[in-house]
Amino acid sequence: MQSDWLFIGLFLLIVALFPGAPILFAGLISPHKSNPTKSETYECGLETVGDTWVQFRVQYYIFALTFLVFDVELVFLFPWAVAFGQLTMFGLLSGVIFILILFVELLAAWRKGVLEWA
Amino acid sequence: MNFISDPITFIANWLTNLLLGWGLSPEVTTVLLTFIGAFLLGTFGFALVIFTIWLERKLYGRIQDRLGPNRVGPWGIFQTFPDMIKIFTKEYITPIGADKIVYNLAPILSVSAVLLTWAVIPFAPTIVGTELNVGVIYLMAVGSIGALGIILAGWSSNNKYSLIGGFRAVAQVVSYEVPMILALLIPVLLGQTMGVNSLVYAQNIWFIFLSPIAALIFFISCLAETGRAPFDLLEAESELVAGYQTEYSGLKFGMFYVGEFLHAFTISALMATLFLGGWRGPWAEQVPILGVFWFFIKAFIVYFFVVLIRISMPRLRIDQMLNFNWKFLTPLALVLLVVTAIVEKSFLLVTPGLNLTETALPWLRAGLHLSVNLIIILITIQILKTHRIKEVRVVATPRPVAVAPEPPASVIS
Repeated sequence: MQSDWLFIGLFLLIVALFPGAPILFAGLISPHKSNPTKSETYECGLETVGDTWVQFRVQYYIFALTFLVFDVELVFLFPWAVAFGQLTMFGLLSGVIFILILFVELLAAWRKGVLEWA
Repeated sequence: MNFISDPITFIANWLTNLLLGWGLSPEVTTVLLTFIGAFLLGTFGFALVIFTIWLERKLYGRIQDRLGPNRVGPWGIFQTFPDMIKIFTKEYITPIGADKIVYNLAPILSVSAVLLTWAVIPFAPTIVGTELNVGVIYLMAVGSIGALGIILAGWSSNNKYSLIGGFRAVAQVVSYEVPMILALLIPVLLGQTMGVNSLVYAQNIWFIFLSPIAALIFFISCLAETGRAPFDLLEAESELVAGYQTEYSGLKFGMFYVGEFLHAFTISALMATLFLGGWRGPWAEQVPILGVFWFFIKAFIVYFFVVLIRISMPRLRIDQMLNFNWKFLTPLALVLLVVTAIVEKSFLLVTPGLNLTETALPWLRAGLHLSVNLIIILITIQILKTHRIKEVRVVATPRPVAVAPEPPASVIS
């Protein structure tokens, strides 16, 4: 058990190193000939107007919020699925009711027009 | 366990004994061996990408009636190496006003998130990075880091195209995680374990036969996660230049490329592990090295389909894509989950009283699940037929056409 997470820890280091080290190395051997025109923001040859981090469509945010609700609740279903063999009828029903609540949530979002890309 | 049937375990045991013989403490030996294992796994992942990039370009070329890479080495198999050397020597161009730390972190994150998945994928009964008892949750957790990489890249580049790409990543990659997790629940429920290797052990009958809908949902949502065609709205080159990677150059761009190709193979490997029986095949348990063979055959078959879909499908519109996710895949997955749970429970309750033989039980179970799945497919098709999206057909009113003035009679003749 401990050595499992030891592997994950070491693998994390290696996995950060594998893309990171070549990027650093390439930075050493590649040319450095920067000039103001080159490092301008790309916008089809025009100079960019105004700030990049502008207000954006709220729909993206709403989708992210809807996702968050689902994601957080779905994690709770995993223990239920693992222990499925030993569940009593009550356990099964509570799981099913939990999923139904999720379903109602989806329907509510749907009716509210959250899922519309209008 | 001899060398030919299971070389990895053999070498690991030999190394352990060697290191212990040198007088190292067991803890140090474990750490060293784990490090070597992790290093080999990472190297293997990168080496595989070099191969899959070539394979995909070749397939891409062949399907478009071109030759594909064919100059460097036999069938152009070494084409990726010159490309690598070229991209190594390219200049990094960082746009003014980019958020430097986040900007440099994003390509690393997008590769490492995918590579992290490999830690729990079993290539053979004994050849597995680590057998976590929460493997499936680990897969979920690591999978969402990849989306984070894309979002960070889009946000930090200080470019409007990149920013739109990042927004689309929020809408698409993040949304498609919901049906993916729901589809992941089905193998967990059928195998009653979260360890990935134990899930492979549980697949006496492949889960794709028990639950084809879950396999399909998982496949589609994984495809959307990779952000490749037909789900390549993140980088839609005809709309957003290159989406989130517009401002990247040199090897930083190359890392996004590597991450994408590695992700494409990783979803094939996951699909093979979770639904196609992983390393299972004839004699795989006696001779673990055969398991590697079966695993890669399955993974490459799935990979072929991934490439085929990428090549042949046109890009979706964002509203179509989100509708497909939230109004079709997610409800279907929820219904499937409830139905599978009820069927499985009633199977567990009823069968002890039936006096069936040990061999007949799994087949009965598979048949039950498969037929229920088929019924769900039929009902879904019926619902889709009756509740077709009524597309607003704007019948164009005939515009006033500029009528050419009658030419004078003298010209006609």
